[in-house]
Amino acid sequence: MSALFARVVAHRLFWPVVMLLVLFTINLIAFPGFFTVTIRDGHLFGSLIDILRNGAPTLIIAIGMTLVIATRGIDLSVGAVCAISGAVACSIILGSPTPGSLSTVAVAVTVAMLIALVLGMWNGFLVAVVGVQPIIATLILMTAGRGIAMLITEGQILTVNSPPFKFLGSGFWFGIPIAVIIAAVVFAVAALVTRRTALGMFIESVGINPEASRQAGVRARGLLFVVYTFSAFCAAIAGLILTANTAAADANNTGLFIELDAILAVVIGGTSLAGGRYSLVGTLVGALVIQTLVTTVYTVGIPPIATMVFKAAVVTAVCLLQSPTTAEALRGFRQRLAIRAGKGVAAS
Amino acid sequence: MPRTRTPYSQNRVGPGGRIRRRMPRDRPTDDSMESTVTNHTDPPTAVVEMRGISITFPGVKALDDVDFRMFPGEVHSLMGENGAGKSTLIKALTGVYGIDAGTITLAGDQVSFSGPAQAQAAGISTVYQEVHLLPNLSVAENIMLGREPRRFGSIDWRAMRRRSAQLLAGLNLDIDPGSLLGDHSLAVQQLIAIARAIDVQAKVLILDEPTSSLDTDEVAELFRVIRSLKEQGVAILFVSHFLDQVYEICDRLTVLRNGKLVGEYLTEELLRIDLVQKMIGKELTTLDDLEQRARSVVVDESDAANFVTAARLGRRGAINPADLPIAVGEVVGLAGLLGSGRTELARLLGGIDRADSGELTIRGKATKLRTPRQAISHRIAFSSENRRDEGIVGDLTVRDNIVLALQADRGWFRPIPKKRRDELTQSYIQALHIRPGNPDALVRNLSGGNQQKVLLARWLAIAPGLLILDEPTRGIDIGAKAEIQKLVFNLAENGMSVLFISAELEEVLRLSHRVVVLRDRHVVADLENDGLTVDALLALIADGSVEADDTDAASGTNGDRVAVLGASDASETSDHLTIDNVPGGRR
Repeated sequence: MSALFARVVAHRLFWPVVMLLVLFTINLIAFPGFFTVTIRDGHLFGSLIDILRNGAPTLIIAIGMTLVIATRGIDLSVGAVCAISGAVACSIILGSPTPGSLSTVAVAVTVAMLIALVLGMWNGFLVAVVGVQPIIATLILMTAGRGIAMLITEGQILTVNSPPFKFLGSGFWFGIPIAVIIAAVVFAVAALVTRRTALGMFIESVGINPEASRQAGVRARGLLFVVYTFSAFCAAIAGLILTANTAAADANNTGLFIELDAILAVVIGGTSLAGGRYSLVGTLVGALVIQTLVTTVYTVGIPPIATMVFKAAVVTAVCLLQSPTTAEALRGFRQRLAIRAGKGVAAS
Repeated sequence: MPRTRTPYSQNRVGPGGRIRRRMPRDRPTDDSMESTVTNHTDPPTAVVEMRGISITFPGVKALDDVDFRMFPGEVHSLMGENGAGKSTLIKALTGVYGIDAGTITLAGDQVSFSGPAQAQAAGISTVYQEVHLLPNLSVAENIMLGREPRRFGSIDWRAMRRRSAQLLAGLNLDIDPGSLLGDHSLAVQQLIAIARAIDVQAKVLILDEPTSSLDTDEVAELFRVIRSLKEQGVAILFVSHFLDQVYEICDRLTVLRNGKLVGEYLTEELLRIDLVQKMIGKELTTLDDLEQRARSVVVDESDAANFVTAARLGRRGAINPADLPIAVGEVVGLAGLLGSGRTELARLLGGIDRADSGELTIRGKATKLRTPRQAISHRIAFSSENRRDEGIVGDLTVRDNIVLALQADRGWFRPIPKKRRDELTQSYIQALHIRPGNPDALVRNLSGGNQQKVLLARWLAIAPGLLILDEPTRGIDIGAKAEIQKLVFNLAENGMSVLFISAELEEVLRLSHRVVVLRDRHVVADLENDGLTVDALLALIADGSVEADDTDAASGTNGDRVAVLGASDASETSDHLTIDNVPGGRR
């Protein structure tokens, strides 16, 4: 029994899941209807659904980020790519004589995705071919990307009136929000493609020991290319959802700081920033923790000014609990307790 | 700290008051371990005395009861192959590692350092192989960094310049203290690092591989500085794997092997061949059932029968153009010291480094290998000597590590079915006795020998035509060693070509059909292993001045084929020894 308990505690998802449950409990106390999911107009409604829907963009980006981080890299440009893809899609829809037609939206979305792929390849080129450090390479696009988005929108906030596009952000399909379905599909594809093929193993092996992987014949260059392109692809999807949700492309604010949330989600999910073993399920839990946190702030009634501080406190707690130093200290503490208990027995 | 009287100080002054040298301790384990006896009187007091030093890392005894001492005004060299414990001993002396047993005495006082800063404060300065200085600061700032002269709480720049200028002048170096460090050549930077090291009134100066990146003139300059420090009474520890340099500058040698002390010798009394023999050793193994193999492979002299033929294959700064044919089913041993080019040549064949001259023919077809991946697709497997950094992927499981190369060869989109992966893993775990036999264990948690077996399994899984094993038995226990040797033997019987590199000549001789000897980045001999002896190999490896004759003698008496390079070539090589050594460092 205790052995089983020890194994559960040692699992790298233990603390993130505990954190998620604690947040759920706080919500439940503050708002007893928290877990209630009702059906209105054939759509699912409720706090949990909100968390899933609002967390979808972060989750999608975090999935791409997980693979990048597993190769010992990082992608700071995802927020900028969000803005660019939104700007591209909106400007195409606005420039079209038929903004409401499905074909216009399809063209807009496709072009936005293709541009994101090019941006991802640019990152991959800098990292894999030129050999720029990932943080610097993606910093270039992070800063330049918003400028590009500004050029596309010509400095305006582009508001579109296009029901099919709006559907992408706030629509429902079989009662489930479209954003959640898209996130689920991206998650499933990423999990299947990396775990059912050898891609995941290669990504991890390059992240753990690049030179050994090279000598074993793993093509690290192509791998990095794929991973950064996929990350930008995910960012574009997230950017489209975010833009469609407000039906407006804002070059300055779409996806602002979302790279940090995504990195946080990955780290909370137990994937090390030093690369190597990654867990997509962990990233899922991490993204949920972050989104639940934001929701909690509102339900508990913490003033919005304090939101960031609250978030920082929770994240610090999770990271501390996961750190090896803390684990060591906790083990030492438990041992001392055990020894003391043992002595007590011996003395009596 | 109380001063302890050691047995050594008791027996140092013998009857009649004459100072007597303590003999190096005899190691009765095998014949090559015995020490030579020298009757020289030592300088009166050792400034450093390390006695009975033992350091254990998890699973490995890095140093086992080692004695080491240094005398003022003397250059002492620490000799040994990779993993002999040289750097561990240095780190014990400089306080980087704590010692598990033994005592360190500095100028008569027993000391125990808890860090390099303490050791430095006590007068032990170290200059490492790579220059650990700041290229964007001035020479003066680098010399005085961390101990800048101060006036009224701020740095006294003028005093700093003056002090550095004095130091540099003291070493007869004409360098402007105000110039940027980065503007100077690597060699000058090395000398500045030495100036920095002696500024702390160093009693002991440790130079770890200082010459590996210097050319001949620069080495001469360094030696001039070392000699002038010697005259000032500094005790100098000089580590280099270039034998010529060691014999030129050093007064005393201490030889380590596998973490154990072999002995301490005066340089002038130890022949090179004896030194090499002591460094390499002759290890008795438990391998009884592998009889000295006779030549069973009929080698067709035409290229068609060769799996691989390298013709004048070379790479600047790594290995001079070399010929190396390897027949199908043949085991070729590469013998030579560390830095002789044995690893460098193997890396060219494995596609790890690109050759910049010569030609490579694989199965009769001229081929250029640009990446390890290409080598693997030609069924050439290279197992690196650097198991941790270039071999295992520590955080992956045993199963993933075993299938990695095979999977990489197939491509990511054609995964090996799970059932096949499990079968492969199980069969190799059983065939190679990998312990623990758990396919899901992380490789970093396995012992060195088992990690090595996992790597062997990885390479065997691709069904190689040529298996290149660089020091596969280093740092692993005797049982695993025997198993790996047996495996190599059986693989060759079944038609696999093997290129086998080992610092242990006995092992090379036992397994190889042919032995290729390298020295100072040249191939100096290519011999049939037919009655070849360790002594003959040692003579070839050790020294340029006599080996040409030795080769002839060996071939005359034993009927060995001295192919490829004649005696004249070999002696020419030795003449250029120092010159050829050096350019690699200019990279």
